Amino acid sequence: MNGLAFFLFLVIVALTLVITYYASKRTKTTSEFYTADSSLTGWQNGLAIAGDYMSAASFLGIAGMIALAGFDGFFYSIGFLVAYLVVLYIVAEPLRNLGKYTMADMIAARFDDKKVRGVAALNTIAISTFYMIAQLVGAGGLIKLLLGIDYIYSVLIVGILMTVYVVFGGMTATSWVQIIKAVLLMIGTFIISLIVFGKFDFSIAKMFHQLKTATPLGDAFLTPGNKFKNPLDTISLNLALVLGTAGLPHILIRFFTVKDAPTARKSVVYATWIIGIFYVLTIFLGFGAAAFVGHDKIIAADPAGNMAAPLLAEALGGDFLFAFVAAVAFATILAVVAGLVLSAASAFAHDFYSHIIRRGQATEKEQMLAARWASIGVSVLSILLALFAQKMNVAFLVSLAFAVAASANLPTIVFTIFWRRFNTTGAITGMLVGLISALLLVFFSPNVWSPEPGAAIFVGEPLFKLSNPGIISIPLGFIGAIIGTLVSAKKADEKKFTEILVKANTGIGRV
Amino acid sequence: MAVKKQSFAEWPGVDYEALAQSAMFRGLIQEKKAFIIPATIFFFAFYFTLPILTSYSNVLNAPAIGPVSWAWLFAFAQFVMTWALCILYSKRAAKFDEIVEQMKQEAKEGGNV
Repeated sequence: MNGLAFFLFLVIVALTLVITYYASKRTKTTSEFYTADSSLTGWQNGLAIAGDYMSAASFLGIAGMIALAGFDGFFYSIGFLVAYLVVLYIVAEPLRNLGKYTMADMIAARFDDKKVRGVAALNTIAISTFYMIAQLVGAGGLIKLLLGIDYIYSVLIVGILMTVYVVFGGMTATSWVQIIKAVLLMIGTFIISLIVFGKFDFSIAKMFHQLKTATPLGDAFLTPGNKFKNPLDTISLNLALVLGTAGLPHILIRFFTVKDAPTARKSVVYATWIIGIFYVLTIFLGFGAAAFVGHDKIIAADPAGNMAAPLLAEALGGDFLFAFVAAVAFATILAVVAGLVLSAASAFAHDFYSHIIRRGQATEKEQMLAARWASIGVSVLSILLALFAQKMNVAFLVSLAFAVAASANLPTIVFTIFWRRFNTTGAITGMLVGLISALLLVFFSPNVWSPEPGAAIFVGEPLFKLSNPGIISIPLGFIGAIIGTLVSAKKADEKKFTEILVKANTGIGRV
Repeated sequence: MAVKKQSFAEWPGVDYEALAQSAMFRGLIQEKKAFIIPATIFFFAFYFTLPILTSYSNVLNAPAIGPVSWAWLFAFAQFVMTWALCILYSKRAAKFDEIVEQMKQEAKEGGNV
């Protein structure tokens, strides 16, 4: 075990617990618990969005994919960034103006119907759970590789920490853990990139030249097509990436932490700068690992390539840089899972308990208690699922989360704001069709079925040939919403739409 | 006590119908549409051109600058495009905010126009 890495892990644990202690003093009401009382500035929320979004899958996964597959790995970087234009133009400001604590609040602002809220909350829970299991299983494996701690203990450590942050510190603690993580991640990535670039004499031309011979792929390393061979699958993935972010509940709830729509907009712009710079730098991480660690060593440490960035740090800066990057990866995992716990817990406590079961009659005290118990429940359930899923390859769950977000949430969000005729039935059918079609298509996909034993969860020919369902399930989500609206006997409440239109665009009358 | 920023109390009996009909609000929606619709069509087209070209053709594999191919330049252009559209929207949105502020003033004064 690397002693320095262990020490830095402890420093991060201590720091985040101190944050949680101070945050707990400012977490007495539901508004403080769910939204940090909407007190964050644009900059703070911009950093927190970046910290919430750039998961270990981005940091370690994309670095590994670029190192092993060259250009194709970079597709993820592009999709993850361009997606923020959808968030900025279409979702962020109306969401801030219409919602209070959850994504379901926004839909329910137009359709005051228990079923609508229930289905929206179900989607939030589904997306957050898939995402969280992928993160926790990844975390368990990573901490094992980085520190030599057993998988079970690694998952438990991460799981207990995330529970503590959320239960005691709510959104305030979660936000500050995310802010600190974003700063650490940017510093770590920037230092490694600078050293890598220096090794190529700060010449892009020299870097590209050298990469043509540095990997087993030869010239092909720099051309597209090493990883994604099926054109439809590539386009399907890109579709889910660019449309999914705007439907991810743990990102959407971040917009309630600022005071108004203009600040929400500013926070997206700051986040886009930070996230964009990070994803440009993933080229240096990937190229650096390919050139200075080498294909064989990356594969030997972890066949999926997740160790590329830490190994690169070790190759460049020895034990110290390795320890620092390992600690950054740890902080990255903690920040993302805390955000996921909060979003799933808010759907349970605010949507299901306070609104559906108690019909909005629960007292402030009861709501707070529900929020805390829901956080504990979500955490325990995710930890158990992650422990069961240890031997499974669950990396596809992240793209499943993006596909469900794009297919089930985005169509309904868009129609709620823009379509006058849209009605309750359409909202329900749109969300359910998107959710179910994405789930079924992934269940029958090569992620779950492979003729090769061990390559997927089940052995057999996949019925659906694409790894990503987006190209089918996203249109289905929109079509489901349209057909549901048209066949329903209910007429749209035009007055309500007018009200929503004014509220969404001005914030007048905001709750 | 939690909701202290803007509560319904500050907006008693807002006539949304009248607000929606007001020239100011219709102008706001017009201006928003005039920016967001073309910008969205543009960035989707720009974004999907990359995977479509790399999947169905080899045109982007030609070298552009030294050893750097067009595929990499186009990929980097996606970042520049995203940042540029962010800046453009921020500037445009400052104007939207002014209109909204004016609407709020008038709504509070009871004019509701």
